[in-house]
Parts: sequence; structure tokens; C-alpha cells
Amino acid sequence: MSSVLYDAPGPRAKRRNILFSAVFLVALAALLWWVFNALQDKGQLEWAQWKPFFGGTEAWSTYIWPGLRNTLKAAALAMVIALPLGAVFGIARLSDHAWVRVPAAIVVEFFRAIPVLVLMVFGQALFAEYTDISSDDRPLYAVVTGLVLYNAAVIAEIVRAGILSLPKGQSEAAMAIGLRKGQVMRTILLPQAVTAMLPVIVSQMVVIVKDTALGGGVLTFPDLIAAVSPMSSYYGANVIASFTIVALIFIAINFALTTFASWLERRLRRGRRSSGPVLDPKGASVGGTMGTGAGGGAGDLGGMN
Amino acid sequence: MRRSSGRHTPGPRHAEAREIVFDFLEGYDLLGAFWVTVQLTLLSAVGSLVWGTMLAAMRVSPVPLMRGFGTAYVNIVRNIPLTVIILFTSLGLSQTLGVTMGAADNFDTQNFRLAVLGLILYTSAFVCEALRSGINTVPVGQAEAARAIGLSFTQVLTLVVLPQAIRSVVGPMANVLIALTKNTTVAAAIGVTEAALLMKKMIENEAQLILISAVFAFGYVCLTLPTGLIMGWVGKKVAVKR
Amino acid sequence: MKLRKVTAASAAALVLALTATACGGGGDKDTKGSGSGDGKTITVGIKFDQPGIGQKTPQGYSGFDVDVAKYIAKQLGYKEDQIEWKESKSADRETMLERGDVDFIAASYSINDKRLAKVDFAGPYLLAHQDVLVRADDDSIKSPADLNSKKLCSVTGSTSAQNVQDTLAPKAQLQEYPTYSACLSGLQNKAIDALTTDDSILAGYAAQDAFKGKFKLGGFKMTNENYGIGVKKGSDLKAKINTALEKMVADGSWQKAVDANLGPAGYKNEPAPKIGDIKS
Repeated sequence: MSSVLYDAPGPRAKRRNILFSAVFLVALAALLWWVFNALQDKGQLEWAQWKPFFGGTEAWSTYIWPGLRNTLKAAALAMVIALPLGAVFGIARLSDHAWVRVPAAIVVEFFRAIPVLVLMVFGQALFAEYTDISSDDRPLYAVVTGLVLYNAAVIAEIVRAGILSLPKGQSEAAMAIGLRKGQVMRTILLPQAVTAMLPVIVSQMVVIVKDTALGGGVLTFPDLIAAVSPMSSYYGANVIASFTIVALIFIAINFALTTFASWLERRLRRGRRSSGPVLDPKGASVGGTMGTGAGGGAGDLGGMN
Repeated sequence: MRRSSGRHTPGPRHAEAREIVFDFLEGYDLLGAFWVTVQLTLLSAVGSLVWGTMLAAMRVSPVPLMRGFGTAYVNIVRNIPLTVIILFTSLGLSQTLGVTMGAADNFDTQNFRLAVLGLILYTSAFVCEALRSGINTVPVGQAEAARAIGLSFTQVLTLVVLPQAIRSVVGPMANVLIALTKNTTVAAAIGVTEAALLMKKMIENEAQLILISAVFAFGYVCLTLPTGLIMGWVGKKVAVKR
Repeated sequence: MKLRKVTAASAAALVLALTATACGGGGDKDTKGSGSGDGKTITVGIKFDQPGIGQKTPQGYSGFDVDVAKYIAKQLGYKEDQIEWKESKSADRETMLERGDVDFIAASYSINDKRLAKVDFAGPYLLAHQDVLVRADDDSIKSPADLNSKKLCSVTGSTSAQNVQDTLAPKAQLQEYPTYSACLSGLQNKAIDALTTDDSILAGYAAQDAFKGKFKLGGFKMTNENYGIGVKKGSDLKAKINTALEKMVADGSWQKAVDANLGPAGYKNEPAPKIGDIKS
């Protein structure tokens, strides 16, 4: 696609591109050199800072792995609970009855508007004060509650946008052959919408994984981020090294997820073309995120938290 | 100024003029905290729009190295939790690299600016992706016609493609902006006293848990809902009719 | 056709993720017996990230608070392997005791009126003071007043930070981080001039191998912090723990624990406080 924006480079353009590349490379190298030097200067690259991670498995088994396990547990739980909840609300927003549609819309818009962190802090205080969940589980409950409330609202929007992105003809044809409303939704609309939604939902998973970090950073959830605190205090305040390792782990997990998402997207798009259903071609060209067209562009919600 | 928002300086006593229910707000600079949130949001929004557009331009540019950089940047930054990025601005940039943002002697200002920088670095990855998907919606014929009349890459992009792309991404951009507003809560990690930090302090010190949460929830709804509505309206207004 | 395949694939991925986390999750709870049972376990709240006081290490837990807690548990009739350690962060401590999540807390927990309204304290068992940690070659901070022109660091929301702002050095620049480690790295990098909190905690950091000779304590004694063992309000543990603490001081174990954990940084401890003697 991008190649549409410029012609195949001729000799002059080639020279210019090489020049740009060279300038950019020099700038990039200078930046990296500056960072490297400063780190070296402040002793951040000394082996002692990094030894715990590359010189043995202690740090991994004592701090990182237990934290990572909690991160993954919270993310998985949040996803599993938020998915059906979000689907219900998304479908409820499309209901013909105002008494279903309006409350659902209010709930969804409300929870989309509030920061996850605020929801988590609220959950933490609520569980501490009004329930007898033990302190072992309380932070997990708080984190999962916050993630579920927010992400269910986001998934509701994704589901709604997914269903709205289907051509009207689909439900009209289904009605015409005498299916009831529930049947239309269940047998015609949802199966098609799910195909379109899957990539977005997978990338929403990335958001959830990242957002668990709020639990460790600000609440007392013993996740990967929280593991940095006892780890760096034990290994002589190697905060930069510790956070770098943690960031790399997050990148690895999320990169795997996004790669899976784009693989899924490619597969689904290919499948769609070959089986040739009547899908709005514009919707497909937006890059599978069903983004800009339908439902006020809820698709791109997937990207950010 | 920012620091004072979290402290217990007992405010003027107008107990009789005030509803008993809202007594717990006394002594807290609620509006000040939300004002910091608004400032963080607006400054980061402008910054990430600029840097995000540059990244998008790099990602579609004819120079392979720039394309690679853009792709790498987006894929790395997008996958790191914002908390880590914000902490890196303070621990890495300020402490280690000595980037004090022109406020070496004032931690309040410095942290605020670092938080804005962190938010820009993070949000621009999403702005870039939104713009890129917008570029994809511009019909191929537009760019081809522009090239046919002899425009260069920069001209094609800035005169023909981007103006149309930006119009079509108002919706997704609204979502990015709303997310950004909410993401400013993370600035609390380096001690910027915005609304979420004040909320945490208030919950620790006061008893009215539900009321405090409701007040802050209302505050964020006030900030984000109008953004969504206005941007939605703008999006419909400027949409390219095809 | 395609849909079914994809759904199956994602379902499989989900199940995989769930089982992976589930087998990690199970099996490490439901065994805590609160209340002093016989032959059961006792749950103790400590800090996990304060070397010298309470630190999680690959070999287990170490620090002065940990040693005190072990001694108390022994006097209460528990073996070392019957102690269940739990992290009690500063903001969580009262709640954990009130709800019975832990039997007692030894986590640099200083006694004050606000806390006394919610929980009971045994002890005190250590008299600490708010102090500053500075670079060993920095001679410009000789009194608390010198801090006014300096950059201070402490953890977010701590009383030490509040003290500095309110009374000790109102003009000082204060950086708040989520952890002391972040402050220390700033101190090393000269982005920060002094780290302030209790001298016992500072001594624990300064005693670490990585920091030998790099930092020194100011020795200002800016406040009195009476470390107590937190127990649930009205708990009969208070009297038993007091007896244990008296015994610990009497038989010399107390001094041994102080020397072993805080000594290497040249920390001069106050004499063991008398039970109930809270210095204000």
C-alpha cells in the first residue's frame, strides 16, 4: 500500500534516499551512542547490575516467575469474565426494546469513561471494607474487577461495532425467510461478526496484559511490576536493569499476542475473500480492525487502554 | 502549586453553608488535581499528534531505514505498560541521562514535564497506527493522480493523502484522546499529583469510600464524555463523502 | 468452516493459558491457621523490600524484623517452618490486622496515635529516628536545615516525606518514588542529594554489599520512631509478645540481631527500649 505514495525511485531519488538514510542513521547512532555513554558513565552497564538476570536463575525463580504468574493469572481471568459479559452488553445495546438498550448503553459508556486505575482502587477499598476476601486474594480481585468492568465495556463496543459492520441485507434476508430476532442474531449475525471481531479481541488482550501493571504499580497486587521492588532492593538498587528486563518480558508476551492477532486477521481476510460473502469491502480494507467505518470507530479501541 | 493539592490544609470553614455530605472534600484541592489532569492531557495530545504524524510519515516513507525505525518504535512502545514507560522517563531519562526538561531544581515541574514526555512517547504509537489505517482508507486513485501530476512523496503525503486521512480518523483519534485522558492517572507513579493520586490519598484518609469514588468517577466522565461527543460530531462534519 | 477452526484454536489457547495459571495458583493457601494454635502455623506480616529489616531473598527472608519475628514465634511455640511470611505494605498494615489476615506484624511499624486507634502494639522493640542517607563524599549536609537547598527523596505517601515538607525542611525539593531502590539509584547518580526515612531502614540499605562505603547516615535523629509489633485490637498475643521481647533483650539475642543486620553500616542503635516506653 505504501508504495502507492511514491514512484519507483529513479537514479536521483535513489541517491536522495541513500542520503536520507545516511543522515537518519547518523542521527540514530548518535542518539544510541549518547544513551550508551550515559549508561556506561553511571555504571548502569556494569555486570553487577545485570548479573542476577544473566548469571543465574535465582532472580527468575524468586521474583520474576511468581510475579509473571500473577500477571498472567489476572489477565486470563479478566479476559474470560469480560468476554461473555461484554458480548451480553454489546447485544443488549442493539436491542429493539428501549428498556434494555438504554441501561446497557449507560453502563457501557460509564465504564468506558472511567480510568481502570480508579476502578481498581475503588475495588480494592470496597473488598477490604465490605467483604471477607482474604488479603491474599484481595488485590487479585480488585485488579480483575477493574479490568473486567472496563474491558467488558470495551468488548461490548467491539461486539456492537462488529454486528453493525455487517451489511443490512444479512439480517433482512434472514428475517425474510422467517427467522425470529433471536435466531437472526444467533445463527446469522453473531457467527459472521465473531470472525471480524477476533483480531480486535486478541489485541484487546494486549491491553489487558499491560493494564495488570497498574495493579502492581499502584495497588498491592504482587505482579511482575511489583516484583521489581524486592528484587531491586536485594540486588543493590539495580532499578534500570530490573525494569528493562520486565519491559522485555512484556514486549515478548505482547508481541506474541499481536503477531497472533495479525496472523488471525490475515487468515480471516483471506478466508472471507475466497468464500466470497457479501461484506462491505470498505470495512475489510480498513485493515480488519473494522475501525473507522462502523459504530463510531469502536474498533480502534482495541489498541489503547 | 501542584504539590499543595494533596495536602491537608484546612480550608475556610463554611460548615453551615455546605452540605454535611460533602464535608470530606474540605481541605483537598479537587479542582486543582483535575486541572493537572487536563493539562497533562492537552499537552500530551498536541505532542503525540505531532510525533505520531511524523512516525506515520516514516512508516510509509520511501526510505527503508525510516520505515524500519517507525515499525520497530510502534511495536516496542505499544507493548510496554505505560507505568514502565513513565518510570523510565524519571529513572532513565532524568536520573541517568540527565534530561531534566529545563527544571533541574524543581521536581514538581520536572516530573510533570517528564510525565508529559512519557505520555507523548506512548500515545504517539497509537496516533501513528490510527493515521496509518486512515491513510489506507484514502483511495489509491488519489495518490496515483497526485503522483501523475508530478508531486513528490512529501507533497503527495501532506497535500493529498494526509488531509483526507486525518478527516477519516477523527473517530479513532477520539478514542485515543479519551484513552490518553484516562492514562494520565499513571503519572501518579512518579509523583505528579493529578486526580488519581488525590483519590488514593483521600481514600486512605477519609471514610466516605463510595462518595469519594463517585466524585472522581464523575470528574472523569465530565472530561471524557464531552470529548467523545464533540469528536463524534466533528468526525461526521469533516468526513470525506465517497 | 474457517470460523470453526479459528474458534477452536482460540479456545485451545485460552484453555492452555488457564491451566498454566491454574496450576500455579492452587495449593498455596487455605492452610493458614490464624490464632495461636498448637502445631499449626502462625502468619507474620513483614516487609519484603527493606534489606536489613525485612527482605525477600532467594534463600528465604532476612532482616532484623524477621529475626525478631522468628524469636517471638519460637517463644509462642512455633518452629521456624511453621511461620508463614506475608508481605504487609505500609498502607495495608492496619487492615490486615483488623481482618485477621496475619497474626502479628513486624514491619518497621512505628507506634502512633492514629494507628493505636485501630490496632494494638506490643513493644516497642526498637527506637529508630528519621534520618537522611547521603553520598559518603558529600559533606554539605551537616544539619537538617541544610536540607532546605537540597533534593530529597522518599517513597510516595510516607510520613517521612510529609515531615520534611511540613516541618523539617519545607524548602527542600522532594521527589517521591514508589520504592526506596529508585531513590537509591538517584542518589548514586547524583540526581538526588539525600534519601530520608527511618535510620534503621537506611542502615539496612547502606549495609548492602553493593553500597559498601558509598553512602553514610546523617545522624540527625529528626523524629522518634518506636517500632512495635502490631496485633489485632484486644488480642491476647500482645502480653505474650511483650514477654517474648523482654526475654529477647535479656538473653542478648536482641543485640545480636541488631548487630548482624544493621551493624555493618556503622549503625549505632539506641539501647533496647523498655516495653510500653513510647518516646514521643
